[in-house]
Amino acid sequence: MSKRVLAVASGGGHWIQLLRLKPAWDGCQVSYVTTTNGFRADLVAEAQAKDLPIPGYWVVSEANRKQKLRLLRQLLKLTWIVLRVRPHAIVTTGASVGYFAIRLGKLVGAKCIWIDSIANAEVLSMSGQMVGPHADLWLTQWPDIATEDGPAFEGSVL
Amino acid sequence: MIFLTIGTHEPFDRLVRAVDAWAGETGAEVFAQITDRAEFVPQHMTYVNHVDPAEYDARCAAAPFLIAHAGMGSILAALKLAKPIVVLPRRGHLNETRNDHQFATAQKFGTRPGILVAETEADLPQRLSQAQALVAAGTGAAGPISPTAEPRLIAAIRAVILS
Repeated sequence: MSKRVLAVASGGGHWIQLLRLKPAWDGCQVSYVTTTNGFRADLVAEAQAKDLPIPGYWVVSEANRKQKLRLLRQLLKLTWIVLRVRPHAIVTTGASVGYFAIRLGKLVGAKCIWIDSIANAEVLSMSGQMVGPHADLWLTQWPDIATEDGPAFEGSVL
Repeated sequence: MIFLTIGTHEPFDRLVRAVDAWAGETGAEVFAQITDRAEFVPQHMTYVNHVDPAEYDARCAAAPFLIAHAGMGSILAALKLAKPIVVLPRRGHLNETRNDHQFATAQKFGTRPGILVAETEADLPQRLSQAQALVAAGTGAAGPISPTAEPRLIAAIRAVILS
């Protein structure tokens, strides 16, 4: 049975970086979680062109760290999604939605992978710092930020 | 038309105002995406608050070059299309972002051909002229980047997924 993967990123740069990792879950049953419906059409078209199953696609509210109510809504919807999908693995490039996904993922026994955005060239993102101890694979895309205790450096999305 | 994009959520009037002034002076045609919380109203550019992902892709594809904040979505869009991009980083001390990560991004990526960094809005007109010159010379940016991440990164992630 192929693995169920939840691939999670907020819209914008985080999402574009997530899509560049797509070969990592080739052959898996993937469901995407993001903050806009706008990326769905491309994923469906690509799956149809390659004669692959249409991936799952879930939308949660956009939120930043100042928008507590939106963060709560994001967390609640994500809880529902994680319980429905029951992923074997969660891959995320951030931001808050990825942090929540990993915390929830650990509760259901998923392998959790955090790739900090390549935008964070000098310090790890705030979510990335908080999520480190919970991730099975905790990566930065800049060698200078990697430390022995993590995050590790394994190359970048470029 | 040149495409100015500042990201989905936070306004960036400092950039929009500077590009608008440049468009007014030079007559360059610019289409701007400025968010719904922008306070400055452009006088010399066509503008909208938001573009959906399909329009975003189409605007990037049709533009001779891009102008943007130093966000990775914008920079990756330019690299993917091998088009020049002029970026002005949002600054932490001006409350344009939480910290100065865009300034760091701009410094790291500014060494790539075709990525022109304006450290402040005063540098913008010169960087915009350079972008126009690159387009005119047809020697814009470095070749398009590979559509996927480095193989070793993909392999590291796949190993954990399949474990």
